[in-house]
Amino acid sequence: MSATLTDKRRAVRDPHWLRGLMIGGTLLAAGLLLLLPLAVIFIEAFRDGWRGYLESFNDPYAWQAIRLTIIAAAVAVPLNLVFGLVASWAIAKFDFFGKSFLISLIDLPFAVSPVISGLVYVLMFGLQGWLGPWLSANNLQIIFAAPGIILATVFVTFPFVARELIPLMQEQGSEEEQAALSLGASGWQTFWRVTLPNVKWALLYGVILCNARAMGEFGAVAVVSGHIRGKTNTLPLHIELLYNEYNSRAAFAMASLLALLGVATLAVKTIIEWRLRQVQLASLEPSTVEPS
Amino acid sequence: MSIEIKNVSKTFGSYKALDNVSLTIADGELVTLLGPSGSGKTTLLRIIAGLESPDGDESKVLFDGENVAQQSVGSRQVGFVFQHYALFKHMTVFENIAFGLRVRPRSQRPSREKIAAKVNELLKLIHLENFGARYPAQLSGGQRQRVALARALAIEPRVLLLDEPFGALDAKVRQGLRDWLRRLHEEIHVTTILVTHDQEEALEVADRVVVMNQARIEQVGPPAEVFHHPKTEFVMDFLGQVNVFRGRVEQGQAVVGGVRIDAPAMVGAPAHADRTGDTKVYVRPHDLQIARHMNGAPALAATITRINPAGAVAKVALATAEGEAIQVDVPFEKFRELGLEKGEQVYVAAKQARVFAPEYEI
Repeated sequence: MSATLTDKRRAVRDPHWLRGLMIGGTLLAAGLLLLLPLAVIFIEAFRDGWRGYLESFNDPYAWQAIRLTIIAAAVAVPLNLVFGLVASWAIAKFDFFGKSFLISLIDLPFAVSPVISGLVYVLMFGLQGWLGPWLSANNLQIIFAAPGIILATVFVTFPFVARELIPLMQEQGSEEEQAALSLGASGWQTFWRVTLPNVKWALLYGVILCNARAMGEFGAVAVVSGHIRGKTNTLPLHIELLYNEYNSRAAFAMASLLALLGVATLAVKTIIEWRLRQVQLASLEPSTVEPS
Repeated sequence: MSIEIKNVSKTFGSYKALDNVSLTIADGELVTLLGPSGSGKTTLLRIIAGLESPDGDESKVLFDGENVAQQSVGSRQVGFVFQHYALFKHMTVFENIAFGLRVRPRSQRPSREKIAAKVNELLKLIHLENFGARYPAQLSGGQRQRVALARALAIEPRVLLLDEPFGALDAKVRQGLRDWLRRLHEEIHVTTILVTHDQEEALEVADRVVVMNQARIEQVGPPAEVFHHPKTEFVMDFLGQVNVFRGRVEQGQAVVGGVRIDAPAMVGAPAHADRTGDTKVYVRPHDLQIARHMNGAPALAATITRINPAGAVAKVALATAEGEAIQVDVPFEKFRELGLEKGEQVYVAAKQARVFAPEYEI
C-alpha cells in the first residue's frame, strides 16, 4: 500500500537533476543579482570602519538631502493614501461612466518613464512652461524647488495604494456596507467600522510600497530638481552627486540608508503577507460544532 | 407594522425589474416573495428596505400608512438579512450583533450593560450562547445565517426582510432553519418578508405567498390557495411539477386525445368557454391515476419508461404512443399493490385538469 503511494508520488515528481537545476539556478541568480549588490553597498560603506561610516554623515548637505527626501515622502504618502482610498472606493462600490478608463489612468505612472513625467512638470511649471510666466509673476517657484520634487514624487507613487485596494474592494463588494447602513450606521461610521478594517492590511501594504518608492525615486525627481546642492537634492540625487565626485565611501554610506529602508520595507511586507495568510487560513478553518 | 406598496416600478438601464407592482402586507404577517431569478422579487425587497429606490413619484412604499420612499435605509428601521450573510468578518459574533446598537447616536445608545444583556438574549434565541467570542469564519453556514438574523433583530426592526436567506445552505440545514424561522416568527411576531425561488420553502413557511414573474405579481394568496387554485399558467407551472397536454375545451371540460377531464373554473369565474384550438391542459402528477386495465372510464394508453420509488410517493414516468411524456405520482401503498414494472403498458386517467383562459380574456 505504502509502496504504491510512493510510486505514485514518484510518478508525478520531476527528476532530481531538474529540481536541483531549477532551485540552484534561481538561488544563484538571486544571489548574484540581488544579494551581492546589497552586500557591496555595506562593504563599501564600512570600508574605513564605523568611524569612517559615521564621518560620511558629518555633512550638512547630506542632512539636507535626507530632510527633503523625508518631506517629499511625508507629503506624497498621505496624499496617495487618501487618493487611493477614495479612488478604490469609487471604483469598487459605484458604477459610473468611464470607470475602466479611470482604472487604466491610475496605472499611467507605471507605464510612463519617470523621466518623461518629470519633463512634463518642467514643461508645465518651468520658466519657459505654460504656467511659468504666471508663477514667476506671483513669485512662486515649483521647478528646481521642493514643490516640484514633491509633485514629481506624488506622480510616480500615484498607483501604489489604489492598485492594492481596488482588487480587494471589488472582490469584497458592498454587502457588508449595506448591512451596516441598514443597521442604522452613518456613512462615516460604516467607513471607519466596516470598510477600513476590511482593507487595513492591503492598505498598509500599499503604503509601505508607496513610501519605499517615494524615498527612492530618482528619474522624475532628477529632472525637476536641478541638483542644487544643499537645496534641492534628495537622497538618491545626493548619492549620485557624491559618486560622480569619486567620494564613493560617502556615496555608499548614503546608499546604505536607502538599502536599509528597502530591507525594512521587505521585512514589514513579509510580516503583513504572513498576517494576511493567517487571516485567510482562519477563514478556512472548519466549524467544530454544529448545534441544533 | 403594515406595509403597503403602491404602483412601484423599477428599471435598471433598459431592463424593467418591476412593472407597476402593488401589494399590501398586514401587521405581523409572514409573506414570501416567490419567483424565478429575474422576476423582480429581490428588487422589490430591496426597495422596501430602502437599498434601492423606485422609479418616479407615483411609486409609493407606505410603512403604517406613512410614505417612506424618500427615507434612507438607516432611518427605516428594517432588519435586512442577506443571502451571503454579510457578517462583519473582522468582528466577533457578539460585536456583529451589538453593531446596530453601538452605532446609535449617543443620546439613543443603550448602556454597555444593556447592550450586553440584549446581545446575550439574542444569542440564546439563536441557540449560539457560547459562540459570542467566535469570528464568522469559524461558524458553519447555518450558524452564520442565524447570527445575521440576530444582528438584524437587535435593532428591534419594524419589519424583517430576508433575501434568499437559506439559498446558500444544504438541504438538511435549510429545512431546520425554515422550521426554526417559523417558530421564531410565532414567538416575536414581527412583520416578515422572505424572498425565495424555492417553492417548497415558500409554501411551507409563509402565511401568504406572492408569486412573481417577469417584473409583475402573478398571484397572491395563502399557500394552499396558490397551490391548489393557481390563477395563471405560470403559477401552475412554477409551483410543483405539472403535465402539459395539448387538447381542447368542450362544455367546461378539457379534452385530451379523446379523453374528457373535469376542469373546474376559478371560483367565481364563468365556466370555460369552448375552445377548439390548441389549448394547454395542465394536470398535476398526483391528479393522475394508473390502472392495469381499461375499467370503463376513459383513459390514455401509455408505456412506463422509468420508475423512481425512493420517496413518499413513487414517481412513474410514462410515454404515450405519440411520444408525449407523462409524470404520475403514485401513493406508495398503491404502487406496491399494482406492482408496476418498467416497459409495461398501462392506462392513465385524470381526476382533474386545469385550463387557463388566454391572456387577452383577463
